[in-house]
Amino acid sequence: MMTSTGHDSDAPEPHDDAVPGDGAVGRAAFSALLEDSPEDLYENAPCGYLSTLLDGQIAKVNATLLGWLGYRREELVGRRSFSDLLTMGGRLYHETHFAPLLKMQGQIGGVALELRAADGRRLPVLVTSVIKTSGDGQPQLVRTTIFDATDRRAYEQELLRARREAEQERRRLQELVTTLQASLLPPSLPQVPGLRTATLYHIASRDEVSGDFYDLFQISRDRWAFFLGDVCGKGAGAASVTSLIRYTLRAAAAYDGDPLSMLTTLNTALFREYRSEDPRYCTVIVGVLTPDGDGFTVALASGGHPPALLLGADGEVAFRQTRGGMLVGMLADAVFTTTSVRLGPGDTLLLYTDGLTEAHAPASGTGDGRYGEEALHAFATGLGPTTAEGAITALAEVLRGFGDGLTDDAAVLALSVPAAEISPSGKGRL
Amino acid sequence: MGDLDVQARHHVTVSGRHTSGPTLMLAHGFGCDQNMWRLVEPILARDFRVVTFDHIGAGRSDLSAWRAERYATLDGYADDVLAMCRDLDLPPVVFVGHSVSAMIGVLAAVREPERFAQLVLLVPSPCYIDHDDYRGGFTRADIDELLESLESNYLGWSAAMAPVIMGNADRPELGQELTNSFCRTDPEIARSFAKATFLSDHRQELARVNVPTLVLDCTQDVIAPPEVGRFVHAQIPGSVLVTLPATGHCPQLSAPQATAEAIAIFASEVADTADRP
Repeated sequence: MMTSTGHDSDAPEPHDDAVPGDGAVGRAAFSALLEDSPEDLYENAPCGYLSTLLDGQIAKVNATLLGWLGYRREELVGRRSFSDLLTMGGRLYHETHFAPLLKMQGQIGGVALELRAADGRRLPVLVTSVIKTSGDGQPQLVRTTIFDATDRRAYEQELLRARREAEQERRRLQELVTTLQASLLPPSLPQVPGLRTATLYHIASRDEVSGDFYDLFQISRDRWAFFLGDVCGKGAGAASVTSLIRYTLRAAAAYDGDPLSMLTTLNTALFREYRSEDPRYCTVIVGVLTPDGDGFTVALASGGHPPALLLGADGEVAFRQTRGGMLVGMLADAVFTTTSVRLGPGDTLLLYTDGLTEAHAPASGTGDGRYGEEALHAFATGLGPTTAEGAITALAEVLRGFGDGLTDDAAVLALSVPAAEISPSGKGRL
Repeated sequence: MGDLDVQARHHVTVSGRHTSGPTLMLAHGFGCDQNMWRLVEPILARDFRVVTFDHIGAGRSDLSAWRAERYATLDGYADDVLAMCRDLDLPPVVFVGHSVSAMIGVLAAVREPERFAQLVLLVPSPCYIDHDDYRGGFTRADIDELLESLESNYLGWSAAMAPVIMGNADRPELGQELTNSFCRTDPEIARSFAKATFLSDHRQELARVNVPTLVLDCTQDVIAPPEVGRFVHAQIPGSVLVTLPATGHCPQLSAPQATAEAIAIFASEVADTADRP
């Protein structure tokens, strides 16, 4: 009965009227069906069959599997267990996942394992097992079918390799972005005598360089310049523009030291550099700090940037109107606005990019669902007189509150003059 | 409310008699979750209070509590065990650790012995990789092969399944239908736990165990072969070694009655000692 090749010549000849289909082809097919005995179907099935005792000992194995593995029946039956046929890693997987699941569920399907053939060759397979139980529900043995998965596994390996590569590339990209980003911002702000500074920087995506930037640096013995802005766009293009903006503004500050001429120089540089293809422009607010008694005079110039916010020592909060300036780099002879702010003891000046005011914050009750300048004003008023660090800490909390609503990058620079130890007048302002 | 937190985080379940008798804490090993105890737990619950839980990353634990650095070594898991003992306000427990959790129990008991009445180490191995004269049974290459096996079997795992596996309260019907869910783990977590487990070497800690210890091994076990069981027994002062009439690495599934009995007999000694004036 146990034949390992397919055909017996003495199979019954079917009658024509019982034949499905017509003619010789149909007759041959029917004849093949009749002679396909269950034994032959088992032995030479297109998959491997294996029956094991509950302790894993092999009790029965079909010719297909023996052929794949290159073992003789007597080498396996009663001598080896299923897990002996697996690679070491496969055995670990079998013991920690496969066997417990089979025991708990009575079956387990589609598990990818590798068998070791007699000659050491590895055969990737997909394994499905069921526990056969007796009439009273007692488990008796385990039936396992094994499918050759060589091609599928090669394909899966290819997918895994591609995924690993993609993950690696993404990590490399993120590292690059982080490094590049860091190079566009000062690692830390310099100490300015008589001034406290703090910053907040939120990057919306680790995959793209942010277009927000800021800086603070010394331009003469006692004067300091700072700027904060937002380049249109993101990524490599924005990074190169940001870099150009930084060194242009720094050079212009050293040359002139006036915020309006710094902006004009920047406008010319950007306009020339990016006029032809791919126009690039930015909004930026530039300031120069000059010591002035117990505080500073801050000269500000703005090109299309949201107004600075002054949180006074007296609790009063006001936007410093630098509105109306044009985008920087768009027109050859752009016009910018200037203003001057006195920063006395207990005053805090906030510069920010529109990532803050345009964050989606439905709770703020604005018509467009954005956080908005009004909400920022109200928030600052609620804060009362504060310091650079205090304002930044509180704003960080606001940003966290936006959660997913914070879709854009955001940068905030806060400058404050420490409040007088004991101020008899109660006010730091002249 | 630390106790509620820890209970939810580890999906802690408590069963059995809340008497003055000892409390058993059953810790599952690498691969599956606390379902591994489902056959022995009812037997033990007749005589003891039984606490089961899922390690962070397994079963219905809070996956969001998983941190790569914290769980890169077994110490993070041992910290969790101690935190549970503390926050659940457990009396000194009989800690039953299967497979890698046996060693997690050893680490915890070395650190805070006062929290443990006894240790039951079910098929333990302090080190899976061969070193000089020590035979753990595996090479580094074997462990890499396991990591590959894990990876090929997680092709079907998707992030979309995570809420289901975590026990999404909104759609409990999904949880019911999931096959293999007891042993389904986020691939990154599984990989990390596999590394923490199979690349660890805690042979040095065994001699520092100062708690009555029962070592249970099987007649045949690929992962923790009999010689490893004998090694653990020899290293832990005053420990008892019992070989269960079972094969494979999960005697609590293949021989639940014998496993439960061995645990119960040993744990009853605590009760006896405690009863004495």
